[in-house]
Amino acid sequence: MSPIILLSLALMALALCLAFVRLFRGPSLPDRVVALELFSSILVGIIGVVAIATDVASLLDVAIVMALMAFMAAIGFARFLERGGPRDD
Amino acid sequence: MTELLTELLILVGAVFMLLAALGVVRLPDLLTRMHATTKAATLGATLIMLAVALHFAQVAVVARALGVILFILMTAPVAAHVIGRAGYFVGSRLWEGTLKDELKPNYDPLTHELKSGREDQGKPRPDESDAP
Repeated sequence: MSPIILLSLALMALALCLAFVRLFRGPSLPDRVVALELFSSILVGIIGVVAIATDVASLLDVAIVMALMAFMAAIGFARFLERGGPRDD
Repeated sequence: MTELLTELLILVGAVFMLLAALGVVRLPDLLTRMHATTKAATLGATLIMLAVALHFAQVAVVARALGVILFILMTAPVAAHVIGRAGYFVGSRLWEGTLKDELKPNYDPLTHELKSGREDQGKPRPDESDAP
């Protein structure tokens, strides 16, 4: 594994930690949903880098499913918020 | 050459994702945070998927990587719009330095109705309708 790949994996892990800080602190539910969406984007990137590092091309299917699920989750959360579900602001 | 370009794309993509995460921690309110995540994270994922396409260089893998890019580019704006709309509906507070909220005078938070400010334009005026 080349040092560049290791470095970028470390950067993305740091990004995950920062997004988790917002997920934990986020004053309102929409803020947390934004952090979750960022999670999924970073995960797509990590899966891509792992696919390159291990030479397994079929990991891309995992990335496709990840992106799709994140979109569905965002739409679902937004519908839930607009209908006025319980919140813990 | 391909190796070098792949590594460059991966590194730039990872840096963009780190910038998006920094933005989501540091920026003051929901809309500015979404401004950081949607654009920077989308660009980061796009660059890394381009690196995957370059690294494998087979038709099936390139097609799938481009499919991921297309999907992200299509869904990220829709998701951001929907979340921003829901955030405005539930009344998440804007940053105190916000200068302009053009939705506020026209939006009714109880009925979720939006006025355009030009409601009387389409109706015929009574003094003109009888004119010969």
